[in-house]
Amino acid sequence: MNALIISAVLGVLMMFSSFLLKQKTAVRMVAISGIVLLLLVNILELAGKPFLAVDTKGLLVFDHFALLFNTVIFAAVLLYFLLSAPDMEKVGGSYAEYFALIFFILCGVTLVTSFKSLLTLFLGIEIISIPLYILTGSDKRNLKSNEAALKYFLMGSFSTGLMLMGIAFLYGAWGTFSTDAPALIASMPPVLVVAGMSLVFFAMAFKVSAAPFHFWTPDVYDGAPTVFTSFMATVVKGAVFAGFIRLFDDAFGPQQSQWQLWVAIITAITLFVGNITAVFQQSVKRMLAYSSIAQAGFMLFALYAMNAAGKEGILLYTAAYSFATIGIFAVLARMNDYTFDGFNGLARTQPLVAGALTVFLLSLAGIPLTAGFMAKFYMLKAALATPGSTWLVIFAVGMAAVSVYYYFRVIQAMYFKEPGETAAPDFPAFFKWVLAILAVLVILLGVFPELLLGRLYF
Amino acid sequence: MIAFLLILIPLATGLLSFLIKEEKTAKAFAFLSSLATLAVSILGLTLMKTGSNLNFSAPWMSSLGSSFTLRLDGVGQVLCLLTAVAYPLVLLGTWQASYKKAQQFFGLMLLAQAGMMGVFLAADALLFYFFWELALIPMYFLSSIWGGERRIPVTFKFFVYTFAGSVLMLIGIIYLQAQTADQSFSLTSFYKLELSGKEQSWVFWLFFVAFAIKMPVFPFHTWQPDTYEQAPTATTMILSGVMVKMGLLGLIRWLMPVLPLASFQWGDRVMIFAIIGIVYASLVAIRQNDLKRLIAYSSIAHIGLMCAALFAENASGTQGVMIQLFNHGINIIGLWIIVEIIERRYGTRKISELGGLAQQAPVMTLFFVVIALANIALPLTNGFAGEFLMFNGLLHAKSNFAIAYTVVAGLGIILAAVYTLNMIRNTFYGEAVALRAPVTDLKLNETMALSVIVVLILWLGIYPQSMLDLTDQFTREWMTKIDVSHLFRK
Repeated sequence: MNALIISAVLGVLMMFSSFLLKQKTAVRMVAISGIVLLLLVNILELAGKPFLAVDTKGLLVFDHFALLFNTVIFAAVLLYFLLSAPDMEKVGGSYAEYFALIFFILCGVTLVTSFKSLLTLFLGIEIISIPLYILTGSDKRNLKSNEAALKYFLMGSFSTGLMLMGIAFLYGAWGTFSTDAPALIASMPPVLVVAGMSLVFFAMAFKVSAAPFHFWTPDVYDGAPTVFTSFMATVVKGAVFAGFIRLFDDAFGPQQSQWQLWVAIITAITLFVGNITAVFQQSVKRMLAYSSIAQAGFMLFALYAMNAAGKEGILLYTAAYSFATIGIFAVLARMNDYTFDGFNGLARTQPLVAGALTVFLLSLAGIPLTAGFMAKFYMLKAALATPGSTWLVIFAVGMAAVSVYYYFRVIQAMYFKEPGETAAPDFPAFFKWVLAILAVLVILLGVFPELLLGRLYF
Repeated sequence: MIAFLLILIPLATGLLSFLIKEEKTAKAFAFLSSLATLAVSILGLTLMKTGSNLNFSAPWMSSLGSSFTLRLDGVGQVLCLLTAVAYPLVLLGTWQASYKKAQQFFGLMLLAQAGMMGVFLAADALLFYFFWELALIPMYFLSSIWGGERRIPVTFKFFVYTFAGSVLMLIGIIYLQAQTADQSFSLTSFYKLELSGKEQSWVFWLFFVAFAIKMPVFPFHTWQPDTYEQAPTATTMILSGVMVKMGLLGLIRWLMPVLPLASFQWGDRVMIFAIIGIVYASLVAIRQNDLKRLIAYSSIAHIGLMCAALFAENASGTQGVMIQLFNHGINIIGLWIIVEIIERRYGTRKISELGGLAQQAPVMTLFFVVIALANIALPLTNGFAGEFLMFNGLLHAKSNFAIAYTVVAGLGIILAAVYTLNMIRNTFYGEAVALRAPVTDLKLNETMALSVIVVLILWLGIYPQSMLDLTDQFTREWMTKIDVSHLFRK
């Protein structure tokens, strides 16, 4: 509750700061202190001190899972601000408004991670989506950015429509929006529930860019300004996954046998499309877009298995994936050349940045000692606990081996190739420090995942 | 405690090494570190009788059922000793080699040593997997940065190949952990597992592919000759002498005792492939013109024989493998050292461009001939003891085709003699070719390294018992673990 209210207030505050504060540095400082505040109040609530308690009449529930998830998200956003906030200046003139939009998105994120009613879920998804459409198109003079925004808006509204339709069906069947009530219904669901469930499922699959609902992802991620792609691909995706899992756990848990096969198929397609297409990309930004689809495939395992290991896994996965991807995008945003060749010889000119990037890429590839490995480990563990899923798991690790190909292309460029003609980008000392801390964090989570997951139960 | 030190020393010194500025200091530092590790390893041997202070255990990821448990048992002793002996020899033997950014090169080499020690010592499946991957990463960078012309694609193939195998193994590990009574990754819990034949069967292949790629066994060997050829020679020595043993250790410690039924069931199939590999690799080796590739193929043949002897599942074959784990490592490092000397002095390692080296470098020739003869298992060399035991084991395998296997594998020995003697004749004898550099015989450091190897070869050739005693008890216990005859009597 703390975070929900304060993030909304911060959003408004940032809007006003655009004409109250003339200095961009000042705006940035306000935003960074805002996210620190958000993180702190959320941790306080996790420790059992909610000082802004409002009776939501069962529309929202702030349990450990939700609060811990928010903590991960806010921590990721803090790191994102520290690394990438200066780059947002380059996008356009409305510097403070970008922060305002991001805080509104965070408000939606808290709704999506803690809803107990289909209506709050819908509200949360919409609060996330609409600012995202704006951020995608924020580079107004860039044709690609405009195209991406329009495409995202049209496709996104369509999927939101599907979702609303699904919710209407479910309301028709259950007579309530609450996600708790349907647990009483017998194992054989009526047609309305199946139809509603499918529509909601498709809509959520669209939001997390699972194949075959992924077609918007590469274009939107590629077209959007890189700083915002980073935010979209990490924080937002993780949050929607949390909502996805919460919804299916609460509302459709008893019908797991009915939808599990569907999830398995979607998972397999997502893994296949994401990984195989990423192999053929020439631009690192586009590769990361497809990699985000591939990673979503692994995250879907949590939904598929729907057990304790899966929930712990999605938490760790969100942290691991977000931290690593934010780091890579932050460096990418400062590069002059987005192709793989643009990274040539970076290890020679910028050893620290290259080292941190290597940690992030190893984490995304799932090499031990990094958070990414433990995240994948939990997902495989969750899936293997479900009988009859060996084929899916074997397929998934095969795809993980494919993913090594495109992640390591960046490492190869950085370490084994000579620097190109384009001047190496310049990285300020502060940026390097934050990047190094982020890399340490990724390793720390990989060696002691209990630092994070231990909080889930206490 | 010894086990922990064996990992800690190379790990800590490896990381420190990155801070060193000068090449010479880095080299000396790495050498001292490897000597320290060797001293600890020898200390471990002396403590073996009492069995105290060898193992190490600390809590780590307890909610997952994993712990940081290391165990220095018989096979662990042999392999850790091999790793500890190999490093000083490699560093000494390649002392003249010069590297760009040497501190990074030696740092990565030491980190790889820590990783391999971890693989040989881990008594927890998750920890084993961690080290398994971690040993690979430094090797990847070593070969890709300091390797030959085609290093980048070749090393990448090696990496992807191995990674694909190891993630399959990860599935197997997670599956087995879920089946244990106490949801634990510890080796003891794995040994208590009693899975049905069907379960064992598919888990077996998940593990086996990972190990087969690492060893490598035919038909998973295609990465190996290219990688050995392209990697810098010091790295190749470690790869071929020590790292391939990771696969065999996996079979010995993690595969066969945990899945005895499947090992028995599929043992025959595995032996067939291993033996095909022996003959195939030997035939290819005969046609090689590049010294590095020749030795690479010869290594495939040797490892194939060791794999086949393991699946013979008897004490003789197993003891043969145990001693050969060490012998093969020492011998092949000796061969590489000489190949490296030849390449550095004469600027080529093509057999067709070499000849008559014996006239100019008689000492080197002598060393090479001894090591090469050990490689083809001439009596009184270390290879003989090992191969004799392995062939004896193969002959008594519980298979209808044991005799056929032995005969075909024996063909490998003959072929080995063909390519080895051919190589010696064409390289060291015959017509001397025009050489680019003024020729000198061995330098002091090279003589030292090669002398140690030759002493070890003769020592273990004349008195193999000293090595066999190390693993005697381990092999006996191991035999009871992989024994499945009680299942058939019911």
